[in-house]
Amino acid sequence: MAISASEVEHVAGLAKLAFTDEELQKFTGQMDEIIGMVQQLSEVDTDGIPVTTHVTDATGVMREDVAVSGTPREELMRNVPQHQDGYIKVPAIIDESEEA
Amino acid sequence: MNYFKHDFASLHELLVNKELSVTDLTQQTFDNIEKRDQKIGAFLNLNKEAALEQAAQLDQEGVAADNLLSGIPLGIKDNIVTKNLKTTAASKILENFDPIYDATVVEKLNALQTITVGKTNMDEFAMGGSTESSAFKLTKNAWDQTKVPGGSSGGSAAAVASGEVIAALGSDTGGSIRQPAAYNGIVGVKPTYGRVSRYGLIAFASSLDQIGPLTRTVRDNAILLNAISGLDPRDSTSSSHAIPDFTAKLDGNIKGMKIAVPKEYMGEGVASEVREGIKNAIAVFEKLGATVDEVSLPHSKYGVPVYYIIASSEASSNLQRFDGIRYGHRAADVKNLEDVYVKSRSEGFGDEVKRRIMLGTFSLSAGTYDAFFKKAAQVRTLICRDFANVFNDYDLVLGPTSPTTAFGIGEDINDPVTMYMNDILTIPVNLAGLPGMSLPAGFANGLPIGMQLIANRFDEETMYRAGYAFEQATDFHKEVPTFGGQD
Repeated sequence: MAISASEVEHVAGLAKLAFTDEELQKFTGQMDEIIGMVQQLSEVDTDGIPVTTHVTDATGVMREDVAVSGTPREELMRNVPQHQDGYIKVPAIIDESEEA
Repeated sequence: MNYFKHDFASLHELLVNKELSVTDLTQQTFDNIEKRDQKIGAFLNLNKEAALEQAAQLDQEGVAADNLLSGIPLGIKDNIVTKNLKTTAASKILENFDPIYDATVVEKLNALQTITVGKTNMDEFAMGGSTESSAFKLTKNAWDQTKVPGGSSGGSAAAVASGEVIAALGSDTGGSIRQPAAYNGIVGVKPTYGRVSRYGLIAFASSLDQIGPLTRTVRDNAILLNAISGLDPRDSTSSSHAIPDFTAKLDGNIKGMKIAVPKEYMGEGVASEVREGIKNAIAVFEKLGATVDEVSLPHSKYGVPVYYIIASSEASSNLQRFDGIRYGHRAADVKNLEDVYVKSRSEGFGDEVKRRIMLGTFSLSAGTYDAFFKKAAQVRTLICRDFANVFNDYDLVLGPTSPTTAFGIGEDINDPVTMYMNDILTIPVNLAGLPGMSLPAGFANGLPIGMQLIANRFDEETMYRAGYAFEQATDFHKEVPTFGGQD
């Protein structure tokens, strides 16, 4: 096995995803297979080879710092699941009932 | 409207001569969709009311005589945002997303007075090669409804191939325009990275994504790419490179053109009927006066693993924005903010998207970054160099688009690795940022075979020129699917 169920669970936590036990088993098997496939890269000699992270010629793109009007607030709020008085509404960041 | 008998130019003529109104053309397009889409399932969401309103207004103003696209109805892939027209990327997490702006490509098309008839189905967030990972519906291949249309732009490809619309836009991250074009027997182009603005394309893998046209002819494809290309201040990776008229060199003359066929693209992994089709296509090019040589792209076979690490890593980062706060699905029954993130994402994303987010997060993790992400980014350099070496001596690279013709619905969906290998011939083109085209090159068992032409960066002209010459010398693009004897 290239990856264990507990490692998959750890990665899921980093990715803000949760799985049931059954899903975790399925994903672990599939992740294992995928990681096995991508590990064939280890046979390639990449000593001294630079990385390619993009394929544009562009370097820093600059523009004049001119003020322009932005998107109206009402427009921006159109897809917000819960809002009130022009603010986005979210649950408490710290749930006090969870404290020991 | 029988789109099988038309192209942009002939429709334009009808509109300009007032033999057909824009309203009639638009209504007839919706009639096509109504008649065929129950079988094909290409569209997720239609724009009927607004489209007919726009058509009526255009009829009043009159179509622009010098603009081939004026009044032409088009399909748009559902990961390209359209103002006031629901855009979901075929994901439950965006089920009710109502964009507040148009993508740059949509702005450009609107300025040219095209009519958006609806949004086409796709794999969720463009992750997949069969359109089966759509959260909402299956799309069927136009030639055989037991087969997948390919993906991720399967809805756009099937809509064009079934004659519902004359053309559509798709997006291509690892083959998502070219492979469905191949499976549906039409022309699909992934432009050079940077040729077309990505502003308003719901991001999957930002260093690979490009928007491009799906059409029934090479000329129409060139016309549509003309319309959407160009530098955009809102996408700093879009290029200021000069934009030629992509139709300018469609003269059928490819004498002396130097074409390279990578031996890796004609190997054992490619089905014999596909290889046969491509060999016949090579003979056509030779007859037209091109020279065709075998070359090697030695790192081709590493394209799939490199792609799955890089694309998934970029996706895991891009898809962090779906957190249930500012837009998209928010889970009910949550205790705290962490819960909003985890539950909204777990409920909203489908399995394939979760797999890619997981692989990407894993590849970027502290203990694995060097062995996975960095290694993949180094091998990407080797893949780019392979192509650069070939383009020192050749004008064009030629091969199949996909190792097989369209596979059966449900065949590969539970086997991610097999599904990923379908992209082996298209992925390297995205990794190197090159332009690639798929066009019809024959049939096997009633299913289209796609040929891929790959050009050097920003040399779409050569690709179109060769594609046009081949198209004019063959009849494959004239074949029409029959829908079980009907229509």
